[in-house]
Order: sequence, then structure tokens, then C-alpha cells
Amino acid sequence: MRYLPLTQEEREEMLQSLGIEKIEDLFTAIPEEMRLDSDLNLPPPLSEAELVRHFADLAAKNKDLKSTVSFMGAGAYDHLIPSIIKHIVGRGEFLTAYTPYQPEITQGVLQSIFEYQTLICELTGMEASNASMYDGASALAEAALMACAATRRELVVLPESLHPEWRDVVQLYLESQDVSIAYLPYDEATGIVDAKAFEEISWSEAACVVVQQPNFFGLLENVALFKQTAKDNGALLVMAVDPISLSLLKSPGELGADIAVGDGQSLGNAMGFGGPSLGFFATSSTKLIRRMPGRVVGETVDSEGTRGFVLTLQTREQHIRREKATSNICSNQALNALISTIYLSVMGKEGFKDVGFQCLQKANYMKQRLLEIDGLSSPFSAPSFREFVIRGAVDWEEVNKGLLEHGFMGGLPLARFGLPEYALFSVTEARTKEEIDSFVNTLRGLIS
Amino acid sequence: MTERRLVPLIFERSTPGRRGYRLPELDVPEVPVAELIPEEFLREEAPALPEVSELEVVRHYTQLSRLNHGVDVGFYPLGSCTMKYNPRVHEDVTGMPGFAAIHPYQPEETVQGAMELMYNLGEYLATISGLHATTLQPAAGAHGELTGLLVIKAYHKKRGEDHRREMIIPDSAHGTNPASCAMVGYKVIEVPSDERGGVNVEALRGLVGPNTAGLMLTNPNTLGLFDENICEIAKIVHDAGGLLYYDGANANAIMGIARPGDMGFDVVHFNLHKTFSTPHGGGGPGAGPIVVCKDLAQFLPGPVVKKDGDKYRFVMPENSIGRVGSFYGNFLVYAKAYAYIRSHGPEGLREVSETAVLHANYMMNKLKDIYHLPYDRTCMHEFVLSGSWQKDENGVRTLDIAKRLLDHGYHAPTVYFPMVVDEAIMIEPTETEPKSTLDEFIEVMRQIAEEAKENPELLKTAPHTTPLKRLDEARAARQPVLRWEKPE
Amino acid sequence: MSEQLRFTKEHEWILVKGDVVRIGISDYAQSELGDIVFVDLPSVGDHVEEGEGFAALESVKAVSDVYSPVAGEIAAVNEELEDSPELVNESPMDAGWIVEIKVDGVVQLDDLMNKEEYEAFLKEV
Repeated sequence: MRYLPLTQEEREEMLQSLGIEKIEDLFTAIPEEMRLDSDLNLPPPLSEAELVRHFADLAAKNKDLKSTVSFMGAGAYDHLIPSIIKHIVGRGEFLTAYTPYQPEITQGVLQSIFEYQTLICELTGMEASNASMYDGASALAEAALMACAATRRELVVLPESLHPEWRDVVQLYLESQDVSIAYLPYDEATGIVDAKAFEEISWSEAACVVVQQPNFFGLLENVALFKQTAKDNGALLVMAVDPISLSLLKSPGELGADIAVGDGQSLGNAMGFGGPSLGFFATSSTKLIRRMPGRVVGETVDSEGTRGFVLTLQTREQHIRREKATSNICSNQALNALISTIYLSVMGKEGFKDVGFQCLQKANYMKQRLLEIDGLSSPFSAPSFREFVIRGAVDWEEVNKGLLEHGFMGGLPLARFGLPEYALFSVTEARTKEEIDSFVNTLRGLIS
Repeated sequence: MTERRLVPLIFERSTPGRRGYRLPELDVPEVPVAELIPEEFLREEAPALPEVSELEVVRHYTQLSRLNHGVDVGFYPLGSCTMKYNPRVHEDVTGMPGFAAIHPYQPEETVQGAMELMYNLGEYLATISGLHATTLQPAAGAHGELTGLLVIKAYHKKRGEDHRREMIIPDSAHGTNPASCAMVGYKVIEVPSDERGGVNVEALRGLVGPNTAGLMLTNPNTLGLFDENICEIAKIVHDAGGLLYYDGANANAIMGIARPGDMGFDVVHFNLHKTFSTPHGGGGPGAGPIVVCKDLAQFLPGPVVKKDGDKYRFVMPENSIGRVGSFYGNFLVYAKAYAYIRSHGPEGLREVSETAVLHANYMMNKLKDIYHLPYDRTCMHEFVLSGSWQKDENGVRTLDIAKRLLDHGYHAPTVYFPMVVDEAIMIEPTETEPKSTLDEFIEVMRQIAEEAKENPELLKTAPHTTPLKRLDEARAARQPVLRWEKPE
Repeated sequence: MSEQLRFTKEHEWILVKGDVVRIGISDYAQSELGDIVFVDLPSVGDHVEEGEGFAALESVKAVSDVYSPVAGEIAAVNEELEDSPELVNESPMDAGWIVEIKVDGVVQLDDLMNKEEYEAFLKEV
């Protein structure tokens, strides 16, 4: 086999040193009737060249976004990815390391996580960040559970303007611990949650209220409303934020959030059919830090006084506290966190601001151009960032098929989430005016 | 006190006004930001990101990488983590735009290749585990555990037995097992190990009952031992109305040799970043798909891929628990596991497990005269020594032995786990190491045992040759400094 | 008012002053735990049952519960430990005390060891 270095001679030598004749003798602890007597029913092995060809064949059955111009977002975004990222994360010292259990020989990963935590704190305005979660949805679910533990309450208030798949994940995590959920509907004219929505909730039981900013439709929620209600009722404010938007928008820290989470895909990670991405998780106070799930890196010194970094506050975690741990998470998304660290570093203060600025400008330009088309309208009035919803009495699935023939991936039809006639468009800094103009013209041709 | 630094933080390299990346000029007409977003939404100060050039970024992370140990750097016998070689071609093939640059919500007809891969991988994992249906959504082993337990819970609930909320777990189990139970509201019932390191069958008999939801078991277990009584264990749990959960952390020992489904397990999770060689990236991303028996398939999270003729489509299983994460899980990770299975084929996978087990036994046999071997029987892909002789005779702890190994360019084994062994040293050599590496490591372990006798101080102050010396973990935990602050 | 010092088999010490008892851990216990990095304290006013874990001592890689040998209400906690958990290591019997509990009813000391008995007990451990 390609990756097995053992020669026949060496094998014999090893068997001999064990005083056995054949390898099967090592498996006698497995009851005879359970041992397979034939090969697994799997395809035969491929050489490297055959494997590459096979993958190329499979890839050819997919329409990728290098050959298609995409306006699809809804949780996975087509942002520019600096070239250096793949070169750095491809280094075996990062790629092939396990969790940094031996700090003396894993300072590379540990320091990069410390930098990541600092960057997340800068973006979110929070006090402390963990080393990453699986994705934004599970990070939000864990944030809601943490709020329950911190407040000793068992009701979580979710906005209906939250990404529907995130809502599914949060719901599953909460229901499995018998936590109740109440929903805040969004106003159909503005697309955001308004004051009326808050009236029906029994706030005295609420552990936290969640707000997604921008919300699923790309619209900006009135976070002050959420904060005031949380504060008045001893509940925590949990914000699910888009990291790119934080280049322009007020941070969760400034808005009084107790926990801030989000998905980090847009920070330099490949779209990859949805994964792997990373979830970020940060909190506002020293008291809450000890309730955080997941790994955390802290600064210290070695025995000679040199600065170094270690995994810390480990007593929160499953390998020590077992069933009393703050979460069961063990592996996280460290390499994706490294990607985001490099992304934010190379973008830098000005570059990152520019990404947010261009997303805002280009999305607005495209929205205005689309609204010039007869029959299309903007159903929601709240201000938006990078994404927006367009309404039109057309079958968006069919329209998208037509667009594909012209090399465009259209917006996401929201019929799948119960909103026929609505489509959600995303425009990042990676799109050009020419692409946008050409898209708008093609769409006009298809629907008129 | 001015502290010395190994490598400055990226923030400490920052120079105001410097830039590392430029976007193309904005080519649409610019509208003042305040006209698009009302002032009250806007932050006054941009996040204080580093201001560094591209070269500075490249150098910085290259320098950091050189402080790090990986499988590519040297031997990594970290027990329970299966640190085998990660084929580089997997990075190439999954980096093709046809996989790396596709959107999860693209119309199904534009992602048939990706869906074909998902479907086939699910089938392969079902074949390898001897079970029926797969979900690829869980992002890691612990996430797979959570998913599997939710499926078990849904099964009992559908049968009107929602009161079954006790999960039995051996005292040697990974910490994730009890932690996952807590995530689904299960009570953990611990079953002790017997003198051979397996589940104490008599004790188990006394623990099952009308409230038993099931048993979670790693087999081979965390001692690296195959539980010979698995048939009886399965029968006891099933007779009591419970289900059997297989923690696949140690599946590298059994591929093509035995199948959890045939042993009576109903749910399996695999750690693709262990057994199936996807690189662990310094702590993740992993992938923790679960495979279940026929009766449980209806409860799997979705969407899952179904095959209709030569078309693939996404469907939600009939009584699905819902979703455990966004989209379809860590696609680019499990695509590498798919590549691994295709590269090896059935004989190759069996040879992987056979070799892993041979390597472990070879090493165990050559070390057991100088380190205490609490369970002296044929091991599977890993084995657990104890540093108790060195502790009692030389006052040297397992931690000291582990640190001394770093001086020789090795990563240390897993230490102080499982907790049923005092001063545990858990060694997993994997199948991809050449014999010369195993022999050198054995030699070094013997040498360290000598040093423990002759110069214990050398071990207690180890490591000596690493970039940093032993770190003050108590200081880090007492006064946590979790982020860099700009000096005043 | 006389003070009485007693020990439990779980290595807590109890200093009885009337109906209030002060609780900490023994020197042996602190040395077994190693560097204490965090003390998870209860709130004043919390009620604890006899045998209930009311506080947790964390070292770098272990957590150890502190159990109450009496039932009562938490009357005071040693707030110094919030910033200086190392006091439990440095002065376990004195500055490293953990809580004071106002006992429900009468203090029962029969099942607890005095200093000599505890020292004898340690020799067997």
C-alpha cells in the first residue's frame, strides 16, 4: 500500500519478536464469529494519478463559482481570498498538528490562537473569545445554553428573522435540554423585529434574547430595543453577527451584548459546499468567561521568564469535568481560525474597512439597478448590508435556471423558507460593476 | 518586568498606515455611507487590526509554524488521536474549484459531483461499520456523539419510552462521552472495568433496567484492548431495551477486520480526522459522521443524499431530529476521507489496521520490561503503560517522561488518560511510521528510564532543547490573559 | 466562647464558633490538589445540605468539590480567594478559609475527627 512503509522482511521480524506466526494471531480477542472472512465491499484502490482523475471527473459535474458569477449568500459568501492563505495553512507544521497539548513544541498554533482571540475581541468589542466552535449556528446554540446556565433560567427568545437553519440548530440543542423557546416575529413591512413583538413574551423567565445583525434578510435590527428589554428583565443579550459587517457597524460590545457569536466563513475561508467554516464565540465579562464552551488560550511565561501561550481554564472542559463540563466540544475548527487570523492580518485595519465599504456600495448599486426592472420591488424598508431581498411575481427557481445558462448564479429563492416571490441577493466586494450590470440586463431579459 | 519573547505578536509588528492587501478600486458610483446606513448603526472607530505588509504576514506565520510540531515534522505517538500521515494529494484534489468553490444552496443539478461523493462516502462508511445509513453533518467526534445520542433519544421517544434517560459509560471512557450525555439531558451511569480492562459484565447486569437508554463504548477501548465480552454486553443492553453506541475514536484497529454493526452496535461515529487521515489542523476541523442501523435511519439529521436512478437529491429523513449544524457539515474535510478510502480499497484498509496493531504490539513488547504495563495482554492499535515504577522508585512523574521525549524531537504520548491507570502513558504509533522510527523511539524510552534512575533532575526540568521551557500553567489560569492589549 | 477544630474524611476542616462554622481544606488536601487556580464560591444566603458540595477548588487540570459537613446558610465567603486563590495553598488553615455557615439547629460533631484523630487517619491514607 502506498502509505505503509513496512517491508515484508520487517513484518516477519516484528512477528518473530512477538513470538507469533501471522498477523491474525493479534486479533484473537475479537470473537471468531465477528471477524470478517471476506474483504469489505468497497471499490478497488486508486493510484495517485487515478485518484486525481477521479476527483476531476466528479468536480466537472459541479458548476463552480470560478466559472460562474454568483449573487448567492445566505450564510456562505463569495469574498476575495488572499493568495497567501493557502500557502501558509498548507504548511505541515500547522496542517498536521493535533490540539496543542504540549505547549513547548506547539507555540505556533497556540500563539496564532491567541492572536485570533484578540482579533475576535477587536471585531466584537468583547472581553474574551474562545479558540473557535464548529460553525455560527452551533456557536449560537451553545451561547443560548450558556445564558441558561448563567441565569439559571430556561427560556430563550429567538427572532424569526434569524437564519432558518440556525434556528433549526438552536432549537435542537435547546429542546434536547428541555429549554423552552419563544419567538419574536418580524414586521412584514420593515423586515425587522419591532417593539410590538416584545409584548407577548414572559420576560421574567427569559435567560436571553437573541438578535442576528444583520438579520437573515441582510437587514439591520434595532438592537437597542433588544438590549433594553434584556436589561430590564435580567436576561442576557446574545448577538449573532456577521464579521464583515463589523468593519462598519457598531460592535456587540458597544451595543451591550453579553455574548457575541457568528460564522467566520467570510473571513478568508473557502465556501466548500458549506464547510468547514468556523464559529466564533466571545463574551463580555470575566464572570461569564468561566462558563464559555470550548478551548481557550492564555498568556504565561516559561521557567526562564520567556513569554509563551498555553491552553487554559481547562477545568471547564469535558476531559476534566466530564458530565459537568460547559460543553462536550473537543475538536474545534483551529485551521479555519488560523485562516481567519491571517485574513484579518493581511487585510489589516484599512483593507478590512474597505471590504465592508465595498460590499455596502456594490450591494446598494445592484439593489437600485434591480428595482429599475418592472415587476420587481423591495419588500422590506429597513437598511441593509451586503444582502437584500427582492420581490417579484416570478418563479425564482426557473429564473435561476435561465441565469445559469448565461453564467450567473442568481439570488437564493426564499420559497424554500416559506416566502414565495422573494429572493435573497448577496453582493460582495468580489463582484464588479460590469458583472452586476450584465446580470441585471440578463435578468430583465428573462422576466419581462 | 520585561518579558522575553520568542516571536512578537502580529499586533506588535504593526506600523500605522501600512497595508498588506488592496482591493480593486470601487467601480460603482459611491454613495455616502450615512445615506445607506443611519449614523446610529455605525461604529466610530474601525477595529484595531494589525497594519502590516504581506511579507510581514508571511514571515510572521512562517516563523510561528517553525515553533510547531506536526506529523510532517516528526513522530507523533499521541494515543487515541491516530496521528498518521496525511496524504498531500488530498489537499490538491479537494482544493479543486469544483469542490472548494461551490455554494451550499446551489441548485442540486449543479452540484451532482459533490452529492455523488457524499452519497458514496455514506455508503462506504456503512459498509465499513456494518450498519445502514449515514449522516455527514457532525463536525467532529463529540458532535457525532451528540448527534448519535439525539437519535437514540428520538428512537425511545417514538416508542413511548422517553423515560429511558440513563446512559451507561465505562470508567475508562473519553470525557466527551459523559459530556455529550449531559448535552441531551441523560444521566450518566458509570460501569467499572474488570481486571482485564474490559467492561465488568456482572456490574453491567446490575446497572441496566427500565430507564436504560443505552451504553456508550469504545472498542477497542481507551486501554487499547478489545472487549472480548462484547456479544454478552450487547445482549445485556439490548435485552434491557437499550441501544449500543460505538465511539469510533479507535476504529483504526478494526477496519476490514471486524465491524461494529456485527458486534451489535446500533450507532457508530467515526473520527475522520483520526482513522481516515484528514489532517487535524492544530485542533480541527474534524468530521464526525455517524452511521446507524436500519431502525434508526428515519431519525438522522438532514438533509441526507438519496440516489434516484443516476440523480442525487437532498431529502430530510422521515422523523429527522433536525439539524446539528449548518449546511452539510465539514464537506472539504470528509471529501479527504473519501479520497483516503478510494486510495486504499478494501485490502488496503485491512492492511492499515493490521499494521497499526502490529506496530503497537511490537512497541509494547519492547517496553514492558522497563515501564509497568498494567494490562499485559495483546493490544490493538495502541497500548497504555504506567509511569508508576519511575514514580515510586525515582520520584519521576509521567509528565517528566513526556517532557523529556520532546527533547528528542518527538511529540509526547497521551498522558494521564485513561484515568483508570495511574500515571498513564498512552502510545499509538500508527501504521504509517517506518520500523526505524519505532525502534528509535523504543531506544529513547529505554534511555529515559535509565535517566530517571541516574539523573532524575534532568527529567524534572525537561524539556531542555525546545523553543520554550516548561510553562507556568497555574499563572495562566489564575490571572487569565486571553488577548493582547495595546500598551498604554 | 470556645472554638473547636474538627476534620472530615474528605479533608475539610471545620472551626466551630457557636452556631457558625468556618470551613476550609487541610494542608494535606491542598498539597494533593497542587496549585489552586480558581475557587468557585457560593453566594452568601445560599442554603446547603449536609454532604452537599458547595464550592469547587480548581487546579490546572482537576476540580475538587468541597463538601459541607453541616446543613445551614452561607453566612460569609472568603472574597480574598476570588483574586488570590493561591491562599488556599499558602495558608490552608488560616487565610485560605473558604466559607462560614450558620448552622441549622445544633452543630453535630460526633462523626468528625479532632486533630489527633485526623493525623492518625492521614497515616492510614
